[in-house]
Amino acid sequence: MHYLEIDRFTASYDGKEQVLVDVSIQIAKGEIISLIGPSGSGKSSLLRGLMGLLVPQSGEVMLDGEKVDYTNRKSVKALRERLAIVFQQYNLFQNMDALRNVTVAPVKIRKRNAREVEEEATALLRKVGLGDKLHAYPDELSGGQQQRVAIARALALKPDILLLDEVTSALDPELVSEVLDAIRILAAEGMTMLMVSHEMALVREISTRVVMMDRGRVIEEGSADRIFDNPRTRRCQAFVGKILSH
Amino acid sequence: MGGSLLEQLPLFLSYSNVSFLAQAFGVTVALSIVGCVVGYTVGALLAFIRNRHVVDVLPARFLSVGFSETFRRVPFLVKLMVVFFAFEVVGMRVSMFTVTATTVALAAAAFSAEIMRAGLEALPESQWDAAESMNMGGVMSLRLWALPQSWKVILSPALSFTVGLIKSTSIASQISVFELTYAAKVLNERGFSPVLSFGSLLVLYFLICYPLNLYARRLERQLERPRGWKSGAPLLAESEAA
Ligand SMILES: Nc1ncnc2c1ncn2[C@@H]1O[C@H](COP(=O)(O)OP(=O)(O)OP(=O)(O)O)[C@@H](O)[C@H]1O
Ligand SMILES: [Mg+2]
Repeated sequence: MHYLEIDRFTASYDGKEQVLVDVSIQIAKGEIISLIGPSGSGKSSLLRGLMGLLVPQSGEVMLDGEKVDYTNRKSVKALRERLAIVFQQYNLFQNMDALRNVTVAPVKIRKRNAREVEEEATALLRKVGLGDKLHAYPDELSGGQQQRVAIARALALKPDILLLDEVTSALDPELVSEVLDAIRILAAEGMTMLMVSHEMALVREISTRVVMMDRGRVIEEGSADRIFDNPRTRRCQAFVGKILSH
Repeated sequence: MGGSLLEQLPLFLSYSNVSFLAQAFGVTVALSIVGCVVGYTVGALLAFIRNRHVVDVLPARFLSVGFSETFRRVPFLVKLMVVFFAFEVVGMRVSMFTVTATTVALAAAAFSAEIMRAGLEALPESQWDAAESMNMGGVMSLRLWALPQSWKVILSPALSFTVGLIKSTSIASQISVFELTYAAKVLNERGFSPVLSFGSLLVLYFLICYPLNLYARRLERQLERPRGWKSGAPLLAESEAA
């Protein structure tokens, strides 16, 4: 059985134009799905929709065999206890240092023991290479460092699935690899991930499946090699051609 | 009473006059403090209600917007009348001090709601996304990161507004509230030179308002300094808000 089943997910921001149309994706435990597609195709919207930040008009999401009701506070809350998201722009709390950004939710929301959480958070920050930046504030950190704090913050929630939205696209080129390395470590540990990424090397290396989106729809799905070497639809060919030529 | 300014001065500075003015000064300060404490508290609640991340109830938001948009556009004297007659209508017999303090609170609530609304909206939306996706509720968000960040944008205009509000309390002299302006008028009517009566008024208002103005300006400069606020101020604000 799939752990997360997205079935004909349809959503819009203003009730008018649909930014997601009948999107269906299945994710099993341990899988790493990469979402690709041109700008505006709805990749971020899909992740936001899954997190309940954009309420679907129709469609169904099943998490671990249970239907998620996005109009029900409790159901969304339960969902958010199992999914965590890292945004393109990191979205760290600016008034908290790196360590506190990571510990705040486990301590204040999950009500876990502060000492214990702090130890875990320190270990997580070390893991993403920030052992020496525990007490730095976001504006004292580079983009790549902030993004790694954001990854540690998501991991501290011990999610079953990690959603990553173009976590390297806002970074200067020389900062990309440090973040990619952090993601590789997670992949090696078997973390289930749904990630939007155009880092072709990473996508080829770690994804179990690639999903191509265009204008709010899934237009192609398959292994990374199949999608990149042998795209079927013309739009997918054009898009893959463009990113591979970069 | 006649004579030159210099001749009047010792008499003007008599114990009874000075304590008369001091009492009036006390009333003005009390009006300002009571009005601001109540008003800012209500204003904060109104601003929170207005923020869709904190309270997602549309009718409540409309009421909040309606309240502050209306009373921000009404002159102080008119607000004073409204409050006066509102107490009459509900049949409550209250002192003129209470009427004025309520008016000050009303004004403070309407304006501070707007100042805080702007302060909260200045926060990047992305932090709300992060908070919501971690199940962090609106009230906890306010306490943990929204207010600790936006107080910088809120405090300085709030202080400037407070100075204006303190000055507005002088309008209460129109309904015979014994505050500074009223006391100066009385002294003038007792025959003291307007230079002395109203000059002392000038000095006393200045004594209240100038430190506030200075503080507001200093804050503005400090907060503009990049990274200046980081080293501990926000943590302090955070624990204060908690
Ligand atoms: N907050 C918003 N309000 C209204 N419309 C939005 C909002 N965010 C995105 N959209 C619209 O939704 C559509 C999909 O946008 P989305 O951000 O999901 O695309 P994307 O695939 O993530 O693009 P990119 O690669 O540029 O990040 C676009 O047409 C966009 O204009
Ligand atoms: Mg996007």
